[in-house]
Parts: sequence; C-alpha cells; structure tokens
Amino acid sequence: MKLQEIQIGFIPLVDAAPLIAASEMGFAEEEGLSLTLSRSPSWSTLRDKLCFGQLDAAHMLAPMPIAGALGLGGVTTPLHALSVLSVNGNVIGVSREIGARMRAAGHDFAFNDAETAGRALIGAIKDTLRIGVPFPFSMHAELVHYWLTALGVKDAHNISIQTVPPPMMPDALKAGEIDAFCVGEPWGSSSVETGVADLLLPCSAIWAFAPEKVLAVRAGWADENRDTAHRLIRAVWRASRWLSEPSSLGLATELLSRTPYLDLAPEVVECALLGRFAISSRGDVRTTAGFVDFFNGAAGFPWRSQAEWIGRQMASRLGLDHARAAKAAQATFRSDIYRAALGHVAHDLPSASAKVEGSVTEPLAVGSIGGRLILPRDAFFDGRIFEPTPA
Amino acid sequence: MLYLPSDTFRNTPVTNDLAIILVEPDRDKANQIVDSLADAGFARIQVITEASSLKRQISAIDPDIVLIDIANPSRDMLEEMTIASQPMDRAVAVFVDRSDDALTSAAIEAGVSAYVVDGLRPDRVKPVLDAAIARFNVFQRMRTELAETKRALEERKVIARAKGLIMKAKGIDEDEAYALLRKAAMNQGKRLADVAEALVESAGLLA
Repeated sequence: MKLQEIQIGFIPLVDAAPLIAASEMGFAEEEGLSLTLSRSPSWSTLRDKLCFGQLDAAHMLAPMPIAGALGLGGVTTPLHALSVLSVNGNVIGVSREIGARMRAAGHDFAFNDAETAGRALIGAIKDTLRIGVPFPFSMHAELVHYWLTALGVKDAHNISIQTVPPPMMPDALKAGEIDAFCVGEPWGSSSVETGVADLLLPCSAIWAFAPEKVLAVRAGWADENRDTAHRLIRAVWRASRWLSEPSSLGLATELLSRTPYLDLAPEVVECALLGRFAISSRGDVRTTAGFVDFFNGAAGFPWRSQAEWIGRQMASRLGLDHARAAKAAQATFRSDIYRAALGHVAHDLPSASAKVEGSVTEPLAVGSIGGRLILPRDAFFDGRIFEPTPA
Repeated sequence: MLYLPSDTFRNTPVTNDLAIILVEPDRDKANQIVDSLADAGFARIQVITEASSLKRQISAIDPDIVLIDIANPSRDMLEEMTIASQPMDRAVAVFVDRSDDALTSAAIEAGVSAYVVDGLRPDRVKPVLDAAIARFNVFQRMRTELAETKRALEERKVIARAKGLIMKAKGIDEDEAYALLRKAAMNQGKRLADVAEALVESAGLLA
C-alpha cells in the first residue's frame, strides 16, 4: 500500500514527542501515513508555513489557533486543534540574583507551591517584574498572567510579560533584561545546567491540567481531509499511549535526543519525561509527578472548555470582548473530529465536549463512551473554578 | 512620481519614502538586501544585526516596515508588535494586506517576512516586498547550490573509498573496481553513491 505523505512542522521541544514517536515507531504507517517532520526556527514561522500550505499539520502552542480566531498575530488564517498533544510541561525559573534574594528572604524552593513561590518572587522585585515567555500567544503567557494577577499584581506597570525566544533567554537573564522566565523543556533544565537560573515552579503547580501543545491544522484542511485527519489523530493517540508506558522511557528519550529532533544529550531530555529536575547549580533535585502528560486522563481530548478558558484569559489580558472571545475560542478545539476518529479505539473517550475546569481535586470517574475515564486532578492553585458557557 | 537625476538612483523612480528596518545578523547578506531595496528606490533602510532588545531598537526607530528572514529565531519577538498594547503604539500586521495571499505566500516561500504598520496602503508596500522576495530567492538558490555542491563532494569521496575497498579486497585496479561498482548499482536499480555508501558502511562493521 502506498503511504499518504503528510508534512508536519515541530519546534524542538520534549512535548513534540507524540509526533516523533508516531513517525518513528510505526504508528503513522499503521494508519497508512508517512509523516515528514520538519523542525521550525520559530513559532511564527511554523504558523505561517501551516497557514500557507507548506505544512499540513503542526505541533503548536494551544493558544495559537485561538489567537488566530481572535484576529491576533501576524497571519490569522483559521487554524483548528485536532487534539491536545500534551498537558503541562513548562517551568518557571528566576535569574540567579533574584533566586539568591528569594533564598535570603527565606523561600524554600519547594517547587510545588505556586502561592508561596509567587509571593516570594513578587517580594524580591523592587519595581516591575519582567518575565520572558517564548511567544505572546502561549500557555506560558496565560499561566504567568493568571498566577500573578491572582496574587494581586494588577497594575500593568508592575508586570511585564515579554517575548524572548528560549535560546536567547540565558543572555536576556544575564543582561538583566528579564528577572524570570517561563519555558518548556529542555530549556528549563539547560538554563540550570549552564548556571544562569534557578527553577522556581512547574506550571502544573498553577493549573494541574493545562493543555499545552495541540495538533493544529488549517480549518479547511480538516474538513476537506476528514479521513486523513482521523488517521492522523489515531496515529498520534497510539504514539501517546506508547509514550505513557514506563517501559518506553529509554527508547523515547533516545529518539527525541537524535539530531533531526532535539539534538541534545539524552540526560537533558530525560529530566522532563521523568519529572526530575536539578533546580539549581548547587544540585538540589525536585520531582514533579505528571510534569508533562501525553495520554492519561484523556489528555489528548481537545476540551472546548479548555479553549474557552484560554480565549477568556487572552481577552482579559489584552482587553478584548469576552463573550466573543469565548465563542471564537471554543470553535477551534475540534472535540467532534477527535471523538469521531477514536470512537472505536479509545476506551476513555469523554461523552461531553466541555467540563468545569479546576473542580477535580482528587481523581474522578466520569461518563465516557467506553465507561472507563478517570479525570485527573485539574485544580487551579487559587481554588478558582471555571464554568464554561453552554454551547 | 519623481525621477531623480541619473546615476545617483540608477534611474529608478522614487515612489516611496517608507522607513524600513531589516533584521539580519549576517552583514554581507544585509548589504545585498539593502542594495536590492536601494535599486528599487528605497533609501531609508536601517539594519539591525543584534537580536537582543530587538523590540526596543525597533520602537526607537519607529519604522513603517520590518523585514526579517523567516529562518531567524528572533522573529517571535516581532510577533509581540502585532498587539498594540499602548494607545500610542502603531498596530502592526504581518505582510501587506491580509487579503493579498499570493504575495504573502511568495514571501514565505522565498523565506522573508515583513511586519507592516497597519493602514499602510498595499501598493506602497508591494514594491518593498517584491524587491525583498527577489533577493531572498537568490539566497535560497545559493543555499540549494551550496548544499548540492557539498553533497556531490561527499558522494565523490564515498565512491573513492568504496573503490579502494574493492581494489584491496579483489586485487583489481581502479577502473575495474569502478566498473564493478557501477554494475552493482545498475543491477540493484540504485544510485552509484548509495551503493558505495552501503559498501563503506558495511565494511566499517567488518573492520
């Protein structure tokens, strides 16, 4: 059988793993697909190549299709998310100078308490807290903004979220242009390894189940190539299931660290997959269960409520109309296509397309098509609960 | 339309006094792009080579158009300009006009992107992009040529090594070894270089 070729773009990050595994471990081939993965130098270039048809699908920051739907960003061709590729996986770090100030003031760097860490960080800054994020439309930006505003930093003069491409973060920290940063792996670990930063918090401490990357396609592509979209979703779903098995860790690490992908030492890649971090150059180690998740608790399901949360956050951060943002955002997460693709395959497919976000404090059994879905903890650090607008 | 005396502007019409910023760390490449733009009648061009504090540098110059290689990782910093955070900021969109997909698409294929101040008329921006696209197409061709030349060189090396291995193993001369290699390639329906590479690789295993 001749395989159907699909061009997929990715950014060299640990959470590109489901796409890399789908291509390398034969899951795509099982579905009659041949994935050509190409590395992109930036999120904006990845988006533009997808928008203008040089790519069929892409590894993308969950807020990017939503930003497009809100008319934000350079190119705004409608993009849709076929699935969530990963949940959580970012870390917040501080410059060594700020880290030393926080330590002197008694902060313990426990790496698990967003409230304490946030207050300590705010206390260590004299005027404006400047935080670097990889892209203006990213979970990094939304989670950092949610976190600090929840802690009472309201004035735009007191917080500045700036875009700094991760490879440039170390220089920006050293030059004192930013005080802190929020990045995906491997960038957090490598900043500790190179001695420019101390890690403060995994973003899962802010929101325990935050959609991080999505599998994005042009809205029109998904409709014109429904069968291909289904096969792609299934291949990625199987790859994610493989990634979630503990026995896959060694091989997954080795695959990701190869030259065409992350091109890094396996030890650095492994930190994220194990959730085990050296948080300072003094060698303090912290472990975070579920640091990044590809599969458990229906991680791949593109909940419309997740999209709406992102849309509303973006609206309040950038001063847009909330109701319109909520509606536009919801439509970009295609839970309908995902469900159709996996109806006969996945046993834990939710029967609803939206859920109350932040209400699960202990793993919770809920209704699903196969009757076996356990929703993992998804609480926000401040205990807030997000009720989605009924569709 | 204003024509300046010959030579100075090479007889090109000055259609446009747009302030253009070019973000390009490679000085040679930057100079070539600036020349191309000058040929197209644009004189107000500033080059930024240093990516740090890119946003501050750009807002200090307050340009109409920012051009950047799409392979440049610092491009994501420019995306921030698409959000006009202050009322005084000029909103910026990527490319001429969101309706002009053909031009945008051509630019991306050539490898250049342009951030343009909102409200600027497409006919004022198009000549800038046309000139930039033409120049970037040349770069891309050069890159492909370089890659091809490199590959050809590598292949020649591998073929020479494979020939050497055959000569040694079979005690034959160079021409015979080459003939044998070519025959094997034809029989297998493969490229000469691929057969040679396979041979060199497996010989490495046996060594």
